Amino acid sequence: MTPSTTTTQVVPTRWQRFRASYLFYSFKRDRVAQISLLIFVALVLAAFSAPLIAPTDPYDLAQIDILNSELPPVWMEGSDPAFLLGTDAQGRDLLSTILYGARVSLLIGFGAVMLQGLLGILFGLLAGYYGGRIDAVLMRIADIQLSFSTLMVAIVVGAIFKATFGNLMFGEVAVLILILIIGIAEWPQIARTVRASVLAEKSKEYVDASRVMGFGSARIMFRHILPNTLSPIFVIATVQIANAIISEAALSFLGLGMPETQPSLGSLIKSGFDYIQSGSWWITLVPGLVLVVLVLVVNLLGDWLRDVMNPRLYKG
Amino acid sequence: MPDVTTHKTTNAEASMQPSTETQTLVRIQDLEKRFDLSGSWLEQLQFKEGKLQRHQEFVHAINGVTLEVQKGEALCVVGESGCGKSTVARTVMGLISPSGGEIHYDGQRIDHLPAKAMLPYRRRMQMIFQNPYASLNPRMTIQQTLEEPLRFHQPGLNPSEVGDKVHEVMHAVGINPDWGKRYAHEFSGGQRQRISIARALAVDPEFIVADEPISALDVSIQAQVLNLMMDAQEARGLTYLFITHDLSVVEHFGTRVAVMYLGTVCELATTRELFANPRHPYTQALLSAIPRLEDDRPTHIRLQGEVPTPVNLPSGCVFHGRCPYADQRCRTEKPQLIPTAGGQVACHAVQEGRL
Repeated sequence: MTPSTTTTQVVPTRWQRFRASYLFYSFKRDRVAQISLLIFVALVLAAFSAPLIAPTDPYDLAQIDILNSELPPVWMEGSDPAFLLGTDAQGRDLLSTILYGARVSLLIGFGAVMLQGLLGILFGLLAGYYGGRIDAVLMRIADIQLSFSTLMVAIVVGAIFKATFGNLMFGEVAVLILILIIGIAEWPQIARTVRASVLAEKSKEYVDASRVMGFGSARIMFRHILPNTLSPIFVIATVQIANAIISEAALSFLGLGMPETQPSLGSLIKSGFDYIQSGSWWITLVPGLVLVVLVLVVNLLGDWLRDVMNPRLYKG
Repeated sequence: MPDVTTHKTTNAEASMQPSTETQTLVRIQDLEKRFDLSGSWLEQLQFKEGKLQRHQEFVHAINGVTLEVQKGEALCVVGESGCGKSTVARTVMGLISPSGGEIHYDGQRIDHLPAKAMLPYRRRMQMIFQNPYASLNPRMTIQQTLEEPLRFHQPGLNPSEVGDKVHEVMHAVGINPDWGKRYAHEFSGGQRQRISIARALAVDPEFIVADEPISALDVSIQAQVLNLMMDAQEARGLTYLFITHDLSVVEHFGTRVAVMYLGTVCELATTRELFANPRHPYTQALLSAIPRLEDDRPTHIRLQGEVPTPVNLPSGCVFHGRCPYADQRCRTEKPQLIPTAGGQVACHAVQEGRL
């Protein structure tokens, strides 16, 4: 931000601001964050371009040949070079299935966090801004919800859905239902964070200034307070993505998540689990490895963000 | 207060010129504000002597303040920390609802109005805050900060009119209008306070409540901001309710002064009269505490003890515990404001001629 020789000011663009920010500076110096972001972006790109880059389409029954089942990865004996990472028990190409599965897992992870964010921000803002009875009611609901484990809620809701709609119908809406279950089960995490930041922001004078202006509560909450609480929301949302992916995998592993026909990483791991004793370890291990790497890099990124945005370490 | 002499006339002098008429703009009537300390209903229950009782405690921040702000004046409210002067300001602006009493603006009672009905008054009365580092939204540019109230209160304006108005107020407070795209953190404290003043001026108010607007600033900047406020008063015909604890500011800025102690007004007078002839014992002690250059043997009045807690207010006159002139009547009976030569004072001793 250097004033030029003339009286007009050089106004930095958004990109220049970002380049000059502490966020970018710390990113440039943090090798772990760089590698994590690289892997994460690569995984996301690969997963979402799965229909373009995957050798086969695991959803297309015509491309699956049961005779190809349980083929090992290419570096082992008895493998088929057409199947880079081998095949699963139904003869699906494991690489393609993992790519499609990662897409499902990421979709559920992001979708669930978006729903959590929506509910959490709304209820957190209301509770923090209005306080009193609204705060008490919303936060008690959150407390009650936090006292159930996410998995328990998900199991109960998932089981009820499955029982009412049947397996076939459930398969069609499974992604949506999982997003709904995980989103609803975990919103209190975000709501509490938002509420805490709102309480801190609410007492600042710029909020008083906007009240003196006569602005409505909604305007003050969403236009003035919310932008100032975004950093902690951002940090917790990153961690929650990893959590949501794990929850989905756990549910699928228990047989309450994605059906076998459109496997996520979790249901892939589960489907291979039955064959692990018979020597076909790759069906479980390879998707398991992908899941671990995915969750690990998201968590590392979240950790890095938390360090950067911690006001005690850096005041922005 | 450095460099204040450059300003043409002080307000106190201006007030001495015969005014054509005085018109009350804001009337504060028996204002009371209590803050509940005792928590939720369950926490209030206590066992006392074998009986379950509901026990409530309050901070008595304001106890029956009556003030009138005349059109065109700068009424200063002084007092030490915790005497309720900021609470008065916030209650007048509707940031806090009073526990008792009334606030009238231009003849209309405004303290109980719903938000919608309050809107026209919001435009006419504005506030300047103490801390310029917290009073500007850190995520908004200066341009956005100044435009928002205009767009909100005058939706009929087209973008170029809004731009012109923002340009005009920024110019008026001495901020380069080209800086509009910058964020608040890129400015110094004094510049931020100017921007806060610009925000208040943007909606063309007639009454401004300033809650210690210069106490967070560098001494070298204080005079600039103060002079800016006086210039704005002259140019726009503003009325100020000015909260401060700095007596030299009062002397420079105020038309009249109200001295507060523990949530009550103990003396109200024109600035000249108050500084020349303080009547209330507390005012006398307060004024004697101003350090002077010629002080080689200072004659400060030393008050005994400390300010009592506003949770358990003293009976009678709130000042009696520390007052050298207190007698039995002061301990039991609350003094009312009585008219004196240059103003009003709430003191039994003055009324009885003991002082």
